[in-house]
Amino acid sequence: MPFEPEHRRRYIIHMYTTELQKSAKIENLEDPKLLEAFEARVAADEFIEPKDWMPEAYRRTLTRQISQHAHSEIVGMLPEGNWITRAPSLRRKAILLAKVQDEAGHGLYLYCAAETLGTSREQMIEALHSGKAKYSTIFNYPTLTWADIGAIGWLVDGAAIMNQVPLQRTSYGPYARAMVRVCKEESFHQRQGYEIMIALANGTAEQKRMAQDAFNRWWWPSLMMFGPPDENSPNTAQSMRWRIKRETNDELRQKFVDITVPQADFLSLTVPDPQLKWNEEKGGYDFGEIDWEEFYAVVRGEGPVAKERMKARRDAWQDGAWVREAAAVHEEKRRARKAA
Amino acid sequence: MSSDWPLWEVFVRSKGGLSHRHVGSVHAPDAELALAHARDTYTRRLEGVSLWVVPSADIVASNPEQAGELFEPAQSKIYRHPTFYDIPDEVKHI
Repeated sequence: MPFEPEHRRRYIIHMYTTELQKSAKIENLEDPKLLEAFEARVAADEFIEPKDWMPEAYRRTLTRQISQHAHSEIVGMLPEGNWITRAPSLRRKAILLAKVQDEAGHGLYLYCAAETLGTSREQMIEALHSGKAKYSTIFNYPTLTWADIGAIGWLVDGAAIMNQVPLQRTSYGPYARAMVRVCKEESFHQRQGYEIMIALANGTAEQKRMAQDAFNRWWWPSLMMFGPPDENSPNTAQSMRWRIKRETNDELRQKFVDITVPQADFLSLTVPDPQLKWNEEKGGYDFGEIDWEEFYAVVRGEGPVAKERMKARRDAWQDGAWVREAAAVHEEKRRARKAA
Repeated sequence: MSSDWPLWEVFVRSKGGLSHRHVGSVHAPDAELALAHARDTYTRRLEGVSLWVVPSADIVASNPEQAGELFEPAQSKIYRHPTFYDIPDEVKHI
C-alpha cells in the first residue's frame, strides 16, 4: 500500500512550500561547484526556483530588490488615494479606485515573491515602517492638482513599465511570474493617465496650464526613477550577470525619454528641459543633466512628503490591527468549536 | 516566530474545461478569508471561473536536488514516444 500516509512519508524527500522554512539549514553557501553550476544555469537563461540552491548574495540582492518594489507599490497608493474623493467625475473615480486597488495587488504579488526567498511578510512591513527599507523616491512628491493624477499615470507608470517589462525575463521564477501579471495590468494605468492629460490639454486655458504645471513637476522625478547613472551604479554588472536586471539604468532612461517626448508633443506640452534636443546620429534625444543631489536627498528620506507617507502607512497598519486580531481570534474560536 | 497569518497557495481555473493553475499565494487566518483575498488579489479581470486555496504547509513536493534521479531516467526511454517507431509511408491512419 504505497500511498498510505505514513508509508508515503518515506518517499517524501523534501517539503516544498513557498512558506518560510523556519529551520532551513545553512547550506555550503559558497561551495565553488554549486556556484559554478548556478552561474551556468543563469547564463543559459534558466529560471531559479525557491528551493534551488542560490548564492547568499543573490538571495539578499533579490530580497532587497523585490521588497523595495513591493513597498513602492504599496506607498504608491498614497499619492493617488489622495484624489479618490475629489475625482472630477464618477467615471474618473471608478477608474482611480480600480487603479489604486491594482497597486495593492501588485504589492501583494511582489511580497509573495519576496517571501519565497525566506523573509517573512512581517519582517518586510517592519522594515518599511521603521524606515530601514527603501521605496521608489517618486512617491515622496506631493499630488497638488488633479492633473498630477494624469501625469502620474502617464509618466510614473510609463517609467515603471519601462523598468518592469525586462524583469518579466528575470532569472528568479516567482519574481518573473509576478512581473508578467504586473505588466499586463500597468498598461491600463498608463493609458488612463494619458487620457486625463488629453482631456486637460484640450480643455480651457486653465486646464492646459494645470497639465503643463503637473508635467513640469513630474518630468524630472520620473527620469530619476531609473536610478543613478550607470557609472554610479556599482551593482549593475553583477545584477546583469545574474539576470536580476536586464538593461542598465541609462539605457532604460534613454528609451523612456525617446518614447515620451513625442507623446508630450501630441499634447502640445513643453518638456521642461531647455537642453532637450533630437540627436540624429544616436537616433535618440539628448537631454539635460539630472539633479542627482535632489535624488540622493529624496533617497535619504528628505522628499517633500516622505514623513507624511510613512506616517500614513504606520497609521493604516495600527488602525487595522484590530481587524487582524479579530480575524485571528475568530479562527481560533472556530477551530476550538470544531475540536469540541 | 512570525505572527503573519498562514500562507495559502492560490490556484485559478481560467475557464471551464481547463485545469486549475497555480497563480501565487495569500496570507489569511482561515480558508474563507483566503478565498476572499485570493479573489481580490488574483481575479480582478475575469481571470477565472473557479478558485482553490490550499495551505502552503500542506503541499509536498519533490526535492530539486533529486530532480536528476527522478526525471532523467525517462530521457532514455524514447520508445515511449510514437515517433520512435518506423512505419512505411504507404501505411495510412497510424
